[in-house]
Amino acid sequence: MKKIVPVIGIEMHCELKSNSKVFSSARNCFSEEANSNIRPLDMAFPGTLPVVNKKCVKDALKMALVLNCQVPEYMYFDRKNYYYPDLPKGYQITQNTEPVGVNGYLDIPYQNGIKKVLIHDIHLEEDSASLEHYFDATLIDYNRAGVPLLELVTEPCFNSSAEVLAFLEYIKTVYQYCDVSEADTKKGQIRCDVNVSIMPEGATTLGTKVEIKNVNGFGNVVEAIEYEIKRQTELMNAGKYDLVEQETRRFDEETGETYRMRSKVDAIDYKYFIEPNIPKYKITHEWLEKIKKEIPILPLERQKLYTTEYGLSEVDTNIIIKDKSLADYFEECLNLGIDAKVAANWLITQILGYLNKKDLPIEKIYLTPSRLKELITYQNKGLISSKQAKEIFNQVLTEEKEVATFIKEENAQISDEDKLTHIIKNILDNNPEQIKQYHNGKTNLFDYFVGQVMRETKGKANPVLTKEILTKLLGEITH
Amino acid sequence: MTYMNKTLKEIHAALINKEVTSAELVEEALTKAHQNAKECNSFVTILDEAEPTVVTDNILSGIPYGAKDNYSTKGILTTGSSNTLKDYVPFYDATVIQKLKDAGAVMIGKTAMDEFGMGGTGTTAHTGIITNPWDHERMCAGSSAGSAAAVAAGVFPYALGSDTGDSIRKPAAYCGIVGYKPTYGLISRYGLFPYASSLDHCGVLTRSVEDAAIVVDNIKGQDQNDMTSWDSSNINLTKSLTGNVKGKKLCYIKEICDIANYTNPTPELTAHLANFKHTLEICKKLGITVEEVSVDQTLLNAEPAVYVILSYAEATSNLSNLTGIIFGPRGEGKDVNEMMKDHRTKGFSPLIKRRFVIGSYVLQKENQERYFKNAQRVRRLLVDAWKDLFKNYDGVILPVGSGPAKYLKDDDNTLTKNTEILEEHLQIGNFGGFPSITIPNGFIANLPVGVNITGNCYDDANVLNLAYALEKAMNYQNMIAGDKR
Repeated sequence: MKKIVPVIGIEMHCELKSNSKVFSSARNCFSEEANSNIRPLDMAFPGTLPVVNKKCVKDALKMALVLNCQVPEYMYFDRKNYYYPDLPKGYQITQNTEPVGVNGYLDIPYQNGIKKVLIHDIHLEEDSASLEHYFDATLIDYNRAGVPLLELVTEPCFNSSAEVLAFLEYIKTVYQYCDVSEADTKKGQIRCDVNVSIMPEGATTLGTKVEIKNVNGFGNVVEAIEYEIKRQTELMNAGKYDLVEQETRRFDEETGETYRMRSKVDAIDYKYFIEPNIPKYKITHEWLEKIKKEIPILPLERQKLYTTEYGLSEVDTNIIIKDKSLADYFEECLNLGIDAKVAANWLITQILGYLNKKDLPIEKIYLTPSRLKELITYQNKGLISSKQAKEIFNQVLTEEKEVATFIKEENAQISDEDKLTHIIKNILDNNPEQIKQYHNGKTNLFDYFVGQVMRETKGKANPVLTKEILTKLLGEITH
Repeated sequence: MTYMNKTLKEIHAALINKEVTSAELVEEALTKAHQNAKECNSFVTILDEAEPTVVTDNILSGIPYGAKDNYSTKGILTTGSSNTLKDYVPFYDATVIQKLKDAGAVMIGKTAMDEFGMGGTGTTAHTGIITNPWDHERMCAGSSAGSAAAVAAGVFPYALGSDTGDSIRKPAAYCGIVGYKPTYGLISRYGLFPYASSLDHCGVLTRSVEDAAIVVDNIKGQDQNDMTSWDSSNINLTKSLTGNVKGKKLCYIKEICDIANYTNPTPELTAHLANFKHTLEICKKLGITVEEVSVDQTLLNAEPAVYVILSYAEATSNLSNLTGIIFGPRGEGKDVNEMMKDHRTKGFSPLIKRRFVIGSYVLQKENQERYFKNAQRVRRLLVDAWKDLFKNYDGVILPVGSGPAKYLKDDDNTLTKNTEILEEHLQIGNFGGFPSITIPNGFIANLPVGVNITGNCYDDANVLNLAYALEKAMNYQNMIAGDKR
């Protein structure tokens, strides 16, 4: 029996970041209170008109450029007509005729190499309201109605759920890097439709495509794909491949299985036509150039930079680039002159540990890169020990006070040579017997003297300096 | 002494000279509105609590007006003359309504119309048939029927209308008044209940060209709530009315105006076209060059179908928000789809339902290329043909309809193929978003008839000035229904 190859394509919807919604002036932000972020348009009151949010158009163009897409000369929107209680106007404003980007690609890291993902198109549209179903009623919250969505449609260019997951993980960071979306799957900001078909290895025609709608969360995407491959493969192996129909299925998170929603025969005719209330909008070359300049260095490029230029390990690099805020923090540290490895070490061991424990984003951390720099400087100057540095790190974060606050006289490391020499001389004067034994070859007594100094100074003596002075003074005593 | 039958300038002067107060004007308008409502069924709502306003330098201040019932009015019932919105009270004002409020104008009523602007007869309002004040056996045409009836009856000097095919300009002709639909986007549509967004225009019905200019000067302007509106701050229509039209050029279209094109013409049609020719002679006397031009007959023949396809298609989509879920009477049924279906089945008149079916049909995937896309192409061809004319002419002058107002009993909402283009050509003004104005140009069978001038986009001032000069030369301005001529 020939090996079976799955073919998968993804439609990914991602909520964009913006002050107001994509076609109305209502706020675009998460609100606990239902129906608090709405303007007349969001509930489709008669006579209301859409007004395009330019920032959303800009962000959509930015992503089209990042994905190496062709950008149309004019910006158009279309109406997608259908009746559903979560769609107040009875149509969704989206892009069908001229998506903001078509025929693109994106290189993604995959299994120590690079995979080229082909992009069919990317387009800007509005989200629907959210429905809450109860036993005998359904409540509608229009806060989400009109929230900007960017829909990215790939070509059927994936052959495994692992490839899809790698793509989703990577594109998520790209959205975050470009600052167009929080891309937070926990907040439901990313939702996917998955198209799966299978074919025998070497076949030239694609198998029957099955669409799984509205899968929430990357884990569920993987599960849905796996289930669907298994289902189709079993049918093919049993000689019943004709039972695989071109249809739309839904994924049940409880059972991890997919169920039929409707077959192709029942497919909805969305009766697309160009939205007449939004005049076509010229996308100028100058504007595109300006947007291009706002595109940051993407994670894949940073990965190369960190490992080759800064000498970080691949593991450390991947931890840092996964989150743009971390990478930005890291790069700011470098700009401030902190050594790359030192910065990476602090970031990965101390800072991430703290953030995970407190469940905080790095933007909220009190210890900014400049405060970290201050702390490291105290340590480098020998004013504090590395143990103290870690203690001060915690104090700074819990008390939210400047680093200098904790570099007190009594806490500070004793690095004053005269002071230390005085202390050490006293100790040596009180231990003539041990000196004699030391000079008679019991050299491990050196550590005994160090211990005495530390006891005397409550551990604050600069260990390096202490050793230097001790060596010098013990040498002098011989003569 | 009555004032509501006078021009805006006359009424304003009377207010300034303290011959009359705003309160007295409101009282007069309300009395006449109730009378007109009884006679013509022209109102959905009469605002008996309407408050007089302070008289300022603005000509509109203190003076009553009416608004078509498809303008969203905050706190005031707005139905679009449809059962689907029979109890709907908006919580926001249309931009135009807000601008008139700012000008100090007093709205005293909401006028009845063909349901959601669909229909050219004034017979499909949920409040019943609207009759023509000149002859109650006859229609006002539509859809701005109530506005036309009330202005023609002298209830107030002006009323807001809306125009998707000819919904301002045809009723104006049938009621012996002025109907002006400016360039697309000169007036914001924010708050106007949509019928077909690419064709919908706000506009005004008045009894003189000057009044139309004054009102539109007050309601035009770019609006951040309507992306299709544009900055017209350099345009002052009222000041552009010089009456000097020497050297201007108008054309008329042979295929529409030549009596020889119509088999077995009615006496009314014959008289109407003869009267039109007479109007052309008046134009010439004013120093306007008038020439006959020819437009491809096949293209003209396609026009009515193009309107049907495009407007019905947009309408099915535009009115999809009427489900009874958020506003309007909640339908009954065991699930939400049944509830929406019940709301729409009970709420819409048969005419609208027919239009929805056609609109959906032409948008279906398998039909879209053949009907909708082709209609868009023909729309473009027609607009280009008119734009070609505007290269040589200041405007196209054409007769409105095939004669005076039709009998209501003859209405079966079907078109007589023979005179179809004569009845429907004003729609080309909507296809191109052209400024277009109808003024009365005579009487046939003791009923007024109208003539229309349409010009190029953004050339409103020129078009209005041509109409202004012609109006002065004909002396049919400021007519009140029943006036003997």
